[in-house]
Amino acid sequence: MSLNTRSLKTSMHSIKTVFPKGDLFYLAVLALFLGVLLPMTLDIFRLNMVGKYLTYAFVAVGLVLCWGYGGILSLGQGVFFGLGGYCMAMFLKLESSDPESTKIQSTPGIPDFMDWNQITELPWFWEPFYSLPFTIIAIIAVPTIFAYIIAVAMFKRRVGGVYFAIITQAIASILTILIIGQQGYTGGVNGITDLRTLLGWDIRTDSAKYVLYYVNFVCLMACLLIAQFVRKSKLGRLLVAMRGREDRVRFSGYDVSSFKIFVFCLGAAFSAIGGAMFTLQVGFMSPSFVGIVPSIEMVIFCAVGGRLSIFGAVYGALLVNWAKTTFSESFPELWLFAMGALFIGVVMAFPSGLAGIYKSHVEPFILRSWQKLKQAKPQPPEPPTSVPEKAPPPKTTPQNAAQPHPIVLTGSISPVGK
Amino acid sequence: MTMQLKVNQRRLAFVHKLSRRWLAKAGLAVCAGWILGASAEVNTTGLAVTDKEVTVGILHSVTGTMAISETGSVQAEKLAIKQINAAGGVLGRQIKFIQEDGASDWPTFAEKSKKLLVNDKVAAVFGCWTSASRKAVLPIFEQYNGMLYYPTFYEGLEQSPNVIYTGQEATQQILAGIDWVVKEKGAKTFYLLGSDYIWPRTSNKIARKHIEKLGLKVVGEEYYPLGHTQFNSVINKIKLTKPDVIYAIVVGGSNVAFYKQLKAAGISLPKEKPLLLTISVTEDEILGIGGENMEGAYAAMKYFQSLDNPNNKAFVEAFKAEYGNNIVIGDVTQAAYLGPWLWKAAVEKAGSFDIDKVRAASPDIELTTAPEGYVKIHPNHHLWSKTRIGHALKDGQYKVVHETAELMEPDPFPKGYQ
Repeated sequence: MSLNTRSLKTSMHSIKTVFPKGDLFYLAVLALFLGVLLPMTLDIFRLNMVGKYLTYAFVAVGLVLCWGYGGILSLGQGVFFGLGGYCMAMFLKLESSDPESTKIQSTPGIPDFMDWNQITELPWFWEPFYSLPFTIIAIIAVPTIFAYIIAVAMFKRRVGGVYFAIITQAIASILTILIIGQQGYTGGVNGITDLRTLLGWDIRTDSAKYVLYYVNFVCLMACLLIAQFVRKSKLGRLLVAMRGREDRVRFSGYDVSSFKIFVFCLGAAFSAIGGAMFTLQVGFMSPSFVGIVPSIEMVIFCAVGGRLSIFGAVYGALLVNWAKTTFSESFPELWLFAMGALFIGVVMAFPSGLAGIYKSHVEPFILRSWQKLKQAKPQPPEPPTSVPEKAPPPKTTPQNAAQPHPIVLTGSISPVGK
Repeated sequence: MTMQLKVNQRRLAFVHKLSRRWLAKAGLAVCAGWILGASAEVNTTGLAVTDKEVTVGILHSVTGTMAISETGSVQAEKLAIKQINAAGGVLGRQIKFIQEDGASDWPTFAEKSKKLLVNDKVAAVFGCWTSASRKAVLPIFEQYNGMLYYPTFYEGLEQSPNVIYTGQEATQQILAGIDWVVKEKGAKTFYLLGSDYIWPRTSNKIARKHIEKLGLKVVGEEYYPLGHTQFNSVINKIKLTKPDVIYAIVVGGSNVAFYKQLKAAGISLPKEKPLLLTISVTEDEILGIGGENMEGAYAAMKYFQSLDNPNNKAFVEAFKAEYGNNIVIGDVTQAAYLGPWLWKAAVEKAGSFDIDKVRAASPDIELTTAPEGYVKIHPNHHLWSKTRIGHALKDGQYKVVHETAELMEPDPFPKGYQ
């Protein structure tokens, strides 16, 4: 009996560790916003666009872990986004290139762009993509293994900082050139277009768009949970410590490179899921998501959202892309200036992004209102949902009080758990 | 009529769900609405057509690397729309346009085309420039049954019921050009050169087949990535192999580097040893390359600004009145200008804005007022047009030195050239 209660206690305790009250609140708000509010208020065309923006949020969340926490700035996340997207696109393309619908080609049954490039049989590495289970595994495995190879090569040799950023950028550039150059195998600069069905299910219909939006939503939530877990675990503390003073962590007996490799691979896997969801929702994949420009753009989503906040990253990706669409619809010839102004404005005025604005302006306001409400009523119905940093409510356990604030992570590396 | 019935059935099914009593009333109301609204007859599919106005879309890149090429097309389309409106519009309705920016980014093209078709319900879209952007929007036009007027000369291998190709497909540009250099200049050997993507590759494939059919020789074939600026090695090879003709399909900014380096390497184009024949440099590109670097080269196009006929004189004059005296007009700009006029002719022939009816009416539509002379839409949705050879002058204009006697038949899937 006592054992049972104890294990229950510890599991409750670990939930609290992973989700301090504030974070649970943020997660719930985000889930409500994306899962209920947006689908209710937007028509399917706009919702599909939000779905597309959210695929970038996967990358941004990965970047929060790599860059915000681990201090590893990758300017090549587009590579993993692209690899995931291409894996998905290869499967869908093979399905839409059945001999019946491609009979006008000189070789029916192969993707149309191969036929244009005088390729007469399917290349060997396309063959496995006839199978959906293989494709799903490949979507995660291919980019992760690729990330692993890069990370081992770099971090084991203690290449870091700016050098690492430059190398990732070079890889993004190389992969783009490779994809464009091998157009018979990859579709070249056009990309892989005209994707129609997934196992016979038409992905272009409105109902499919709804389903895909929710699949995307669930995947994003799952990634957020994993990211949150990493952030609050010992690994998260180590990452922060490494970002601050890598040598000290190494001298404490930790293998710094393994942690870096892990978090980089995790970021790559997130990006790959985003890429695959992108292909499903937009219906094509092209090298314009792989190169340097989109990769840097993805870093911007993360910076605008706040590079220390996984929830902020999601809002950042949404805000930047929404602004991009809105500005370009209203001022087709001037919108780039508006985007530039937005980035400069955010970086100059709010270096910690949307999450920083929330922390410094919105949250204190909410708390003050709560306080007033509390003073007005003699008996408050519930304690405040957000925990103020400097004035923890008396009821919280010492464990909770010792938790660093979700955003303001000033490197307190207090041990967690047993 | 059948469309009307279909819509009616759908509406009835919806109404049926609500309640039976509503059925009669709503059915009556719907019918009354159709009888009262005059626009109903010319628009049974819910396009953005009122009694006074019809909305169309313009979708080109006005930002990014393609903006320099696509701006001319936007100007031409706006001019055509303005002239049509001044002459009384289409079926008595003024044309209103919604312009969207494709931002030189293929996914953006896809997003914006969907917005134009689904949200704005435009009756036609004039737009796209690169093959990649066309490939990106094609599935969307086919899914939502839109009509795209595509202005650029391109590689062929495509024939969509939802696109009217107002530029030349590859054979219309290539065959007559090669025949001319062989006959008039006695060319025996060719060096093929191009940017590395589908259009130059397919075009060179057709050129090579044609050259070999004539019993002549291709001494070299090379491709360079888009944006490539180092052509010294290929220029050395050209010097070594001494071809009679350099057949160049270099696009975009690479042109500037290529022609300057050619001149710097001592290959003087006016001497015609070797002669240079291009299908990718219009008057627009010469602006960037510089007339002095391009002087002496030949180009095979269907339109040159210097074309001497009354239609073209009026067109050039109107264009300059609208956009200033220094503006130049290239082949694609003229093809873009044809778009709105061809659409107007098809709508008036069909007596309806409905896409299906416009499509049915499109074959054999003639335009005697086209700046290039006379054009006619082939049942395969491409235009009959003449091929002309221009000789580049120092002032950046071409002098027309040859023109095919007959209109060339468009053949997007040329037998024996694939």
